[in-house]
Amino acid sequence: MLKKRVGIEVSLAVAEAVKQARAQVVSAYPITPQTHIVEELSTYVANGELDAEFIPVESEHSAMSAAVGAAAAGARVYTATSSQGLALMHEILFIASAQRLPIVMTVANRSLSGPISIWNDHSDIMAERDIGWVQLFVEDGQEATELTIAAFKIAEDHRVLLPVAVNMDGFILTHMIEPVIFPAQATVDKFLPPYKPALKLDPAKPVTMGPVGVPEVYLEAKKQCEQALLDSKAVVAEVLAEAGKTFERKYNLIETNGKKKAKTLFVTMGSLGESVWSAVEGLNEDGEDVGQVRIRLWRPFPVQEFKKACKGAKRLIVIDRAMSPGSVCGPVAQELKTIFYKDKDAPEIVNVIAGLGGRDVPVADFKEMYRLAKKGKLAKTYTLWGVDSNA
Amino acid sequence: MLRDITIDYEKITAKNTPKECMISSGHRACQGCGEILAMGMVTKAAGKDIIVANATGCMEIVTSPFPQTAWKLPWLHVAFENAGAVGSGIEAAIKVLHRQGKIKKKPHVICFAGDGATADIGLQSLSGAMERGHDMLYVCLDNEAYMNTGIQRSSSTPWGASTTTSPAGKQSKGQNTQKKNLPMIMAAHGIPYVATASPAFHLDLMNKVRKALAVDGPAYMHIYAPCPTGWGLAGSKSVEISRLAVNTKVFPLYEVIGGRFVISRKPAKPQPVLDYLKLQRRFRHLGEKDVAEIQLAVDGAWDYLEKLAKATAKEEK
Repeated sequence: MLKKRVGIEVSLAVAEAVKQARAQVVSAYPITPQTHIVEELSTYVANGELDAEFIPVESEHSAMSAAVGAAAAGARVYTATSSQGLALMHEILFIASAQRLPIVMTVANRSLSGPISIWNDHSDIMAERDIGWVQLFVEDGQEATELTIAAFKIAEDHRVLLPVAVNMDGFILTHMIEPVIFPAQATVDKFLPPYKPALKLDPAKPVTMGPVGVPEVYLEAKKQCEQALLDSKAVVAEVLAEAGKTFERKYNLIETNGKKKAKTLFVTMGSLGESVWSAVEGLNEDGEDVGQVRIRLWRPFPVQEFKKACKGAKRLIVIDRAMSPGSVCGPVAQELKTIFYKDKDAPEIVNVIAGLGGRDVPVADFKEMYRLAKKGKLAKTYTLWGVDSNA
Repeated sequence: MLRDITIDYEKITAKNTPKECMISSGHRACQGCGEILAMGMVTKAAGKDIIVANATGCMEIVTSPFPQTAWKLPWLHVAFENAGAVGSGIEAAIKVLHRQGKIKKKPHVICFAGDGATADIGLQSLSGAMERGHDMLYVCLDNEAYMNTGIQRSSSTPWGASTTTSPAGKQSKGQNTQKKNLPMIMAAHGIPYVATASPAFHLDLMNKVRKALAVDGPAYMHIYAPCPTGWGLAGSKSVEISRLAVNTKVFPLYEVIGGRFVISRKPAKPQPVLDYLKLQRRFRHLGEKDVAEIQLAVDGAWDYLEKLAKATAKEEK
């Protein structure tokens, strides 16, 4: 297998991955910190390095609408967005999954207005939890590259046929220069054959897509989509395993780091996991009984796999990167409290909401969170890290 | 910028009018619906090699209650405000799939949307699609209000029309703004083909569809589509009112080809606007003075159109 290892900005690595995946239509609108990806893709198209149609749409709403049209017509479709752009797509995101269209989208995670902020957190995607998409979180450039390619394979699998969002932290990951090993084109082509739609807009075989769902059928239609999403977990696991084999890495739905069967576990999603890993390593060296669980697949939520990873733990320190105003804690902690509810050996769940709007959370802070949790000094609901609050 | 565009198309006459409508009977449109009538004519002229993107609205609702469909064409409905963008995506996919040899023929893309979906909520999406030059036809079926939701005013509702959100009352004459001029906005995009049409002049309408599909690049058609339910008009009067709209110059028929304005039909003896207004309940609160004002505005708009036609006409050599 021919491989090249290069130092590259992660956004550009993702663009290279989309090129290697041979996307046929790219529709995108500029928004920081996603723009480098689609700038690079438009350059590929302009230079003839990627045989695709690049649609420079006039809004993210249209980016997703054009993606829906192109996917329905039978093309492999890619787009990328962030923050306000994702929020503007909101309406169409539900329709893309309801129409079972295998669109792949990078979400360069960024905070939501207001106040306006271009910096990183997970507020954007957490407001889109229920769109019915497969949602992955990546931690580094290599993973971003390989899971972007894998995302097409997951989405286009006829057992799935759902759109896939690949989440990567804005700036913290998108703008980092990292060493990335690219697979050979032939390897990617073998891993990801051309897209074969189950149904498409074709005058030779007309179909009606997006009809009215009267009360007698609406519920069944919604349940079919939910079932497809639930069933996609097995395919995601299968494709990630194959991606691991192909790209010589290891990809599970849930990953663990640190001391085995630790009493306390940090739970993270995205690139903050790397800082937590450093903190956990340090704490382990100091003899502390702590480990880490990292969620790679967020939707559908891999309940059994997550519980298995937490087996024996007495306490979870869940790091949320978004608020859920008016609720009891952050969105990830809510999810975990729900899945452990009434379990006999359920761990205590403490929630720290940290790093909103690009606020730095250094390694030492995670060590401090651990110490406070151990002493039972973190709030029962959630702690907004770095802010004196009455929560 | 004026361009000379020659359009090669197969002309439709009374003798060779296509008969096959790609929307089957049994749809749920109201009696006398001008939209479904016009849409049927468009599909007759366009033929079978078409992909349709339909905005949310009456036409989407009445033709697609699952598990039934009235469509004999591949048809996609996504949302209210994005027919232009959805059409863009379909067109881009066709281009690349054809280039890569994945499909043999290149079907035409037609977007259908009402006036609310075009002039209001979908204007940005439409403008983007036209500006980017996608090879597709966008058809606005203009019934001058949000009929599907219960006759609310749109920016395409004419002055003086009473709707459920611009009701006539002691302090109000109904809609207090002038109708937004969509064909002119589209012409300002510099696209190769813009036309207005009326289902009362079916050969004119169908030939315009043929031309719109024959040109390279985006085309826009603005079709007058009476709504008996929303206008307070007898269902049997749909075609008559469509003819009156043209003969009173309320809805002029014209084309803008490469920037050149060509009036399709100049009524020899224009009828007064009163003949048009008095058949519709939405205008019944208007007095003589109001009708005179409408007449003045209609005459002014016609005069402006004639001047444009003269100014943009090909110079005789």
